Amino acid sequence: MARIAFDRLAHAYAGGGGYALKPMDMVWEDAGAYALLGPSGCGKTTLLNIVSGLIHPSAGRVLFDGIDVTALPTERRNVAQVFQFPVVYDTMTVRENLAFPLRNRGVPAVAARARVEHVAGLLGLARDLDRRARNLGADEKQKISLGRGLVRDDVAAILFDEPLTVIDPHLKWELRSRLKELHRQVPVTMIYVTHDQTEALTFADRVVVMSEGEVLQIGTPEALFDRPSHRFVGHFIGSPGMNFLPCTVIGDAALLPGGERIALPRAYPVLQGRVELGIRPEFASLAPAGSQAGLPARLQRVEDLGRRRIARLDLAGQPFAATLPEGMPVPSEPRVALDPARLHVYADGRLTVGEG
Amino acid sequence: MAKPRDDRAWVLVLPVLLLVAFSALIPMMTVVNYSVQDSFGNNQFFWNGTGWFRELLDPATELGGRFFDALWRTLLFSALCLLIEIPLGIAVALTLPRRGWGVAVSLVVLALPLLIPWNVVGTIWQVFARRDIGLLGAAVNGLGIDYNYAQDPLAAWVTVVAMDVWHWTSLVVLLCYAGLRAIPDAYYQAAKVDGAGAWAVFRAIQLPKLRRVLTIAVLLRFMDSFMIYTEPFVVTGGGPGNATTFLSIDLVKLALGQFDLGKAAAMSIVYNLIILTVCWVFFATTTRGQSEAVQGTAQGAGR
Repeated sequence: MARIAFDRLAHAYAGGGGYALKPMDMVWEDAGAYALLGPSGCGKTTLLNIVSGLIHPSAGRVLFDGIDVTALPTERRNVAQVFQFPVVYDTMTVRENLAFPLRNRGVPAVAARARVEHVAGLLGLARDLDRRARNLGADEKQKISLGRGLVRDDVAAILFDEPLTVIDPHLKWELRSRLKELHRQVPVTMIYVTHDQTEALTFADRVVVMSEGEVLQIGTPEALFDRPSHRFVGHFIGSPGMNFLPCTVIGDAALLPGGERIALPRAYPVLQGRVELGIRPEFASLAPAGSQAGLPARLQRVEDLGRRRIARLDLAGQPFAATLPEGMPVPSEPRVALDPARLHVYADGRLTVGEG
Repeated sequence: MAKPRDDRAWVLVLPVLLLVAFSALIPMMTVVNYSVQDSFGNNQFFWNGTGWFRELLDPATELGGRFFDALWRTLLFSALCLLIEIPLGIAVALTLPRRGWGVAVSLVVLALPLLIPWNVVGTIWQVFARRDIGLLGAAVNGLGIDYNYAQDPLAAWVTVVAMDVWHWTSLVVLLCYAGLRAIPDAYYQAAKVDGAGAWAVFRAIQLPKLRRVLTIAVLLRFMDSFMIYTEPFVVTGGGPGNATTFLSIDLVKLALGQFDLGKAAAMSIVYNLIILTVCWVFFATTTRGQSEAVQGTAQGAGR
């Protein structure tokens, strides 16, 4: 178990192409459940492989509990890693698979046996211990990969690289909740890489959102939803994502290009760059027919998501998603009411904190 | 929908049937025919029934004796070739570079012996190993070791086996290299995470993943070495004495040297059956485990 810290860490792959990871300082608290969320190619896996030592960063240091491990090879780092495609040692039984990391480290057979049985119990593999690993399904193979990490009682962190990619949808749910449960029983730092926000938000206490080699925000799922610190986070988290309207901010009011004035909860200084107003569809709803409140918009279509309905609108020339309240008929001349407390102002993509 | 049926289609198969008949069926039946007859000059044949076969399979007779001597020699030769070439091939494949310019260079160098005609391989070694002018032979004798493949049976064996290793290890290397390249990186990464050393990686990942190609390699090398003829014929001619007279060489001596068509035909049929049986047994035992694995995966996926 360990607190993992990055000190001015950066990485560029050989052969040019600039930074895969831009210079960053970061701390992963001991026993935290982190999700590393971002689109494909944003550097999530690179970051994970730097933690495990499969990749050596081109700059900066990696610290485990304050000790510099940057130069240590993977096998001496006490990290476990579960890969996208299940890796099991084909010719071995489940028991031998689980004991493999212990055998390689010279743990006595009696102690290893007890550990293996304990972990198999945690993972629900106890009945399969003497089966050949290659005869198991993908979900069980993934459990074995995870188990090979858990058997080591000195493990500092368990890293997951999109571990549920090849698992059937109905088993994904089960494995995810088992993982969550496991984290409660075995308090070890877990870092879970995914591009699926549902996976990230249900698994993690803290979600790290990345884009183009940069960490944009670290926060609880609530924080990412309520106060996305970057335009990308607002857009990437939530379905549909946050709405953005170009505007001019003067004091505590925003002016849309169409001339509409929107009162803001806070006053803002003079802002440079591209200024946008952000609001989640959940906090923008269509006003009842006849109401003169809110902003006029043109309705393009209505999506029924089952639990709620989303109106796709054209607001001042921008695409805009708003909630269509339950039971309300689709209005012919829709107006959008915004919850003022939920309005955020972004300058050049970054959240700007107002005063008051 | 029923497929249209036209019996005239059989006519289209006729050329192939004729070809196979002339190239395989008729020669083979001729051999079967010879094997049950005794031949004399002037094209006279006398019915001998299973006589040649009974004599062949009885080590006490002259024919059976030379047959079993040659058979053991051939089996020993195959065993030596497999024992050296398979481990050596795996070892070389493991040390080959996985990427970069070295890959192409190594593959070309390795492929060279495979591209040389067999009688040329024999000639190369025949000269290379000569004690008077051969680089190898003269060098070994220069070191004070008495080495003369034309007179010493042991030296002859060493030469013939070394030649086969030189000629065919590349095939094992190339097959294994292809097998190793097919292992996804995640396996090596997982092994690193699990703290596995090189030997543990080999035992847990590489060897199991090489099983399929090794099956093919062993099968090919067994068949080829068991049927070897050209290279030892060129180098030692089966000698000194009968020391390197393998089954194929003995067969040619019997058929074309002594012109004993009946005995030679019986011998070639038995020879053929041995190869078929060994290959079938070997293939059946090594692929049985794999078909179980396939069924297992199917079950696993179904659950």
